[in-house]
Amino acid sequence: MDLRAIAAMPTDAEREAVDGVLGPAGEDLPTGLRAAKTHRTLLLPGLHALQARLGWVSPGGLGYLCGRLGVPPAEGYGVASFYGLLSLRERPAAFAHVCDDIACQVAGAEQLCAELTARLGPAEHLPHRADAPTSATRTAARWMRSPCLGLCEHAPAALVSVAGPEPRACAFGRASVARIEAALLGARPDTPETLLGGEGPRRLLARAGAVDPSSLTDYQAHGGQRALRCALELGPAAVLREITDAKLVGRGGAAFPTGRKWEAVARAPEQPHYVVCNADESEPGTFKDRVLMESDPFAVLEAMTIAGFATGAERGYLYIRGEYPLATGRLAHAIRLLRGEGLLGPDVLRSGFAFDIELRSGAGAYICGEETALFNSIEGFRGEPRNKPPFPVQSGLFRKPTAVNNVETLVAVLDVIRDGAAHYASVGTAASPGTKLFCVSGRVGRPGVYEVPFGTRLDALIQLAGGVAPGRRLQTVLLGGAAGTFLTPDELTVPLSFEDTRKRGASLGSGVVFVIDDTVALSPLLRRLAAFFRDESCGQCVPCRVGTVRQEELLARLATGGSFESRNAELALLDELGQAMRDASICGLGQTATLAIQSALAKFRPHSGAKP
Amino acid sequence: MTQPAVELSVDGASVTVPAGATLLRACQAAGVDTPTLCWAENLTPVNACRICVVEVEGARTLVPACSRVAEPGMTVLTDSPRVRLSRKLVVELLGSSVDMSRSAEFSRLVSRYGAQPERFGPKALTVAQPVKLDNELFVRDFARCMLCYKCVEACGTDAQNTFAIALAGRGFEARIATEHDVALPDSACVFCGNCVGVCPTGALVFKTEHALRAAGEWRESEQTVTDTICPYCGVGCTLSLRVQDNTIVRVTSPSDSSVTQGHLCVKGRFGFSFVEHSGQHKP
Amino acid sequence: MLWGSNARETHPIFFHHVLKAVHRGAKLYVVDPRRTSTAAWADGWLPVQVGTDIALANSVAHCILDAGLEHRAFIHRATEGFDAYARTVARYDVDRASRETGVEPGLIRRLAEDYARADRAMICWTLGITEHHNAVDNVLALINLALLTGHVGRWGSGLNPLRGQNNVQGGGDMGALPNKFPGFQDVEDPAVRARFEARWGRPLPARNGWTLTEMFEAMERKALTALYVIGENPAQSEADSQHTLELLRGLEHLVVQDIVLTRTAELADVVLPASASWCEAEGTVTNSERRVQRCRPALSPPGQARDDIAILGELSLRLGYDLATPSPQAAWDELRSLSPMHAGMSYARLEELHGIQWPCPDEQHPGSPFLHARLWSEPLLGPRAPFIPTEQVEPFDTLDASFPLRLTTGRHLESFNTGVQSSAYVWPHPRKTTLDLSPHDAARLGVGEGEQVRVVSRRGAVEAPVRLDARLRPGLAFMSLHFPDQVDTNILTINVTDPKSGTAAFKAAAVRIEKLLQPPDSAGRGVALP
Repeated sequence: MDLRAIAAMPTDAEREAVDGVLGPAGEDLPTGLRAAKTHRTLLLPGLHALQARLGWVSPGGLGYLCGRLGVPPAEGYGVASFYGLLSLRERPAAFAHVCDDIACQVAGAEQLCAELTARLGPAEHLPHRADAPTSATRTAARWMRSPCLGLCEHAPAALVSVAGPEPRACAFGRASVARIEAALLGARPDTPETLLGGEGPRRLLARAGAVDPSSLTDYQAHGGQRALRCALELGPAAVLREITDAKLVGRGGAAFPTGRKWEAVARAPEQPHYVVCNADESEPGTFKDRVLMESDPFAVLEAMTIAGFATGAERGYLYIRGEYPLATGRLAHAIRLLRGEGLLGPDVLRSGFAFDIELRSGAGAYICGEETALFNSIEGFRGEPRNKPPFPVQSGLFRKPTAVNNVETLVAVLDVIRDGAAHYASVGTAASPGTKLFCVSGRVGRPGVYEVPFGTRLDALIQLAGGVAPGRRLQTVLLGGAAGTFLTPDELTVPLSFEDTRKRGASLGSGVVFVIDDTVALSPLLRRLAAFFRDESCGQCVPCRVGTVRQEELLARLATGGSFESRNAELALLDELGQAMRDASICGLGQTATLAIQSALAKFRPHSGAKP
Repeated sequence: MTQPAVELSVDGASVTVPAGATLLRACQAAGVDTPTLCWAENLTPVNACRICVVEVEGARTLVPACSRVAEPGMTVLTDSPRVRLSRKLVVELLGSSVDMSRSAEFSRLVSRYGAQPERFGPKALTVAQPVKLDNELFVRDFARCMLCYKCVEACGTDAQNTFAIALAGRGFEARIATEHDVALPDSACVFCGNCVGVCPTGALVFKTEHALRAAGEWRESEQTVTDTICPYCGVGCTLSLRVQDNTIVRVTSPSDSSVTQGHLCVKGRFGFSFVEHSGQHKP
Repeated sequence: MLWGSNARETHPIFFHHVLKAVHRGAKLYVVDPRRTSTAAWADGWLPVQVGTDIALANSVAHCILDAGLEHRAFIHRATEGFDAYARTVARYDVDRASRETGVEPGLIRRLAEDYARADRAMICWTLGITEHHNAVDNVLALINLALLTGHVGRWGSGLNPLRGQNNVQGGGDMGALPNKFPGFQDVEDPAVRARFEARWGRPLPARNGWTLTEMFEAMERKALTALYVIGENPAQSEADSQHTLELLRGLEHLVVQDIVLTRTAELADVVLPASASWCEAEGTVTNSERRVQRCRPALSPPGQARDDIAILGELSLRLGYDLATPSPQAAWDELRSLSPMHAGMSYARLEELHGIQWPCPDEQHPGSPFLHARLWSEPLLGPRAPFIPTEQVEPFDTLDASFPLRLTTGRHLESFNTGVQSSAYVWPHPRKTTLDLSPHDAARLGVGEGEQVRVVSRRGAVEAPVRLDARLRPGLAFMSLHFPDQVDTNILTINVTDPKSGTAAFKAAAVRIEKLLQPPDSAGRGVALP
């Protein structure tokens, strides 16, 4: 391809960073289209390497990376500017992302941000615009606000990265100015263990907290790899049957039957097949997959291997959000051990089955949790969702048949295969067998990850988590996540199953149970939700790109009393907007971006100030 | 070889289209006027604007007619309340954020769907910004950019394969950008102007046209459009010359031309000034 | 397979179609001494030394035969002369070819295999094949490959010279050749001539006329003393331009009909201002795929400029024959009555079908997307297609110690030939003729980017700024010819012509580079060597 780049030379450090991902540069320029097509998937890893080495993606570094990959530099820029964790303007090597999302907001994030501004100077904005105006007085910012970092149980949270030859990144809870400053100077602030609670049999969390996440031996001592051995004995057809019989459905939010998905991939004539683990857990208030991966990394990898075996795939990709450095490190370590022991590779357990897993990091884009956006992200394109059909089972990663599953879903597979569908269904409801993880956070006594059988009542779960503080009144619960539903106190008897929530016009979503007591002002919370969708819209389709902005403006008018029409007219407009966004947006983000807010406005009259 | 046909229902009428045809084609076959903004016959559908959405029985959401492939037995509604509402909102969202005044199709849609973009208030955020003037051939007036992706496709695999521009940023900040947002002459741009040729809103416009409009001298009623053949290499591209006052003010190519498929190179699109009469036959 | 063609820059819209196919999985091979922007898209780029195309083509044939991949059935049924050809190419083993052409053996084999095994394969070429002293042999070498593999006469397979000007093909179609009447009918065929004489009511010359080269030779020996030039700028477009200028100046009478006052027109005794045929006049042109297309007037011509057809009519009248200045459509219909391959192309049909590819013998005929289908008909229609063996011959302008660098010339995307048309619009980048050198040669010569140097050939010298181009191999230099007023590249090129076609060897000059000790007094203007 006759690609032209602007005349900017890479520094030695930039060359090193890129060559570290792509291998040493050869003499020859890449020729032809096909070479470029096969290399493009290394674009995001290359961008990560530049960001980690220099703290930003410079014109010279981007040009060098694109040149080596045969990616048009303008497209490389388009990809780089898509991600929140990448900067296209120079900034200090040590940089903090400070969460101000809903869980952190109710834990004092605004106060923290104000203190940080006083101490470190104003926050960065528009890091993804190389041409953003820079004021003469502006010194390079050292921090910026971030959407949910998935540490809601320890809110407020921060993610600090220090670029350099040996880059470091750490995410931590209980963030304070002092702890953030220490981290910027290279310290690693500790974060307490996540509280793992629940009721009934512990399946998904069976090993979490009990097993050494860095030891394959310990994993095996705790029953690890038994499911894989069972699967290899059963054969692919029987594995598919068990998964179908167990009525396992996806826990990423869409609740699609896993067995049907896997069967469709297994049957697809087009080759090769792929397995993708969606670990881009980014829904505000969600952290269960992080906890699973941090505490039991071998489990998700074992389940992916089973998925590969059942669907006829030889390659799996685990796409984890970039904000999870601890989980990423543990998974990378686990993959190395598995390869060393022949549990991944050309001949898994000497069964003749070949399977390997590649770990890919996101770079700060909620939309990449949408499965087709995730494929685009892995392939080196902007994380814009694709129109469906075709569905991933026909045309997924690299346009090949792909089974894409959420972390929790995959871990559930282990129990189904090891113990059989019938045993799996011994708890839960008839339509939703088994157990489910919930991320309980907000104004609740013991925030953490809770495993309960499907059908457990929401109020019972909240009681398990300690309820609201003594003397406080529960105002509402956001169930399911940013795209979920606000429930009133008298709706908390709902049994937590797919079918029961659906009946009440709600959904389990990603398992978020965000508890809000009477100290919390709803209006800023709703506006934060609206801002989240506006920030995270990929911008591809009109209803979502503009609609999320209009929703935010409308909430601002309602909150400040600056309504140019009556409240009812505003609500009617929001109603029409929501309907059109649900109907006409390309993907789930736009389709659900008004749900939670509409449910709140229908049930409450949020004030801008806190309730007494 | 006869292609297998697909039979479906559009607004109650039975239509037959070849296998692989889109719902848009089925709608056209049924004589149903389906609006499009980001679709063009010479580009791959991106289904980004969503103005063409239709209701397919059994589908949870509306579907874009421009890219959805027709399936046997589909029941399609193109004027249901859901469809009308979504189309109206798409028009209002675009109209409230982008200067769509140069799109005749858009004005038609405003009245067709009774859209009131002003519903979103006088302070609604827009993409208003200064015009980018960085070369003598065409200008970029991104206050008019609706992000239809057409220019990116024409610069990319659908025609020019130069990839000088791409979508950058995200959400409402998403924009058409060169590498690192540099000026066009510093970018990979080879000035074929195929982006200008496909732009539906006047965001990309010939410098000549921009200057005439700025001076209030753009008079469409006095203009003629004549098809002829490019004077340069032997490929034989059809040029549509738009002329005002015996001066060429815009050059395009018909998208149904088998030679060009609507696309030209820099010489064909901009290399006409040698017949501008000030320079020709100088005494 | 693009051979000697930088279509990405010289035929951009044709290349769009190529790239569509490449995106769908078609393989692209590019044979070019330079790693052009076309070559950058190729699955295989064969960096051939200038002027060694026949060695390469014969070696490709050698590999095909070696691997048994020739199309035996086609060769047997539709060709002749295969045995002699096979004997010739037998001497072009890859090792020899690799030494001569500079292309690595594996690449030659891969091209041979991919070309021979493809269901459909096309060879396209441009001036990299034809602007050589052995232009016709070069073309024959490529035709031989198509015959060897049966890649001819079928949809999607064939041989395709990409025409450099918008109506080169049309000029030939209309009989603007010394040996042809319109429709490629032989001047020396009495039956053909009789038909034209009957239609035009005048006796016609029974002998072929002169080619362009022969005309210049005739000027040289004063056998040609008056010249009527329509829409050409030979003062700047011919190789060895100093010599051309002398010949033009030596004419007794020079008439130039053009739309602008070209360098040639400046020399003329009479200048006839013409309208721009593509936008100020009515007519047809024929493109590279033999598609006859309508041109229409969009502007009225300036001043006293008139349509070519009106000027010719007027001139003819003064010479004693009343053409009656027909309308362009009437002239076209007359052509259709005389040229069978155009007979079916009424203006109405040209309009309706957006042009028609000849031959189109009648008004029901859809036109012909490809030629030579007869080679596949059962039984074979017409004569067998002959293999004509060709041999590698070194370029005439040989390299030696005094002239060690090979200079080749070509076009850039934004410009066209001598710049008469393309210089008028404001290209946003600097436009000038540079001497493009490989960084290796530049370092050896001690010259740097932007440095003004003297380029010297056996015919003359020009000064031009150096541009470093990593896509050039050492030993190869490149110059465009778009700005003759700034750098008259054709002072350097050699006016040795292919005896069979009369084309000059613009693509292969021998030069040396001299550092300038002092800044030049007039930037870039050339001087003739004694």
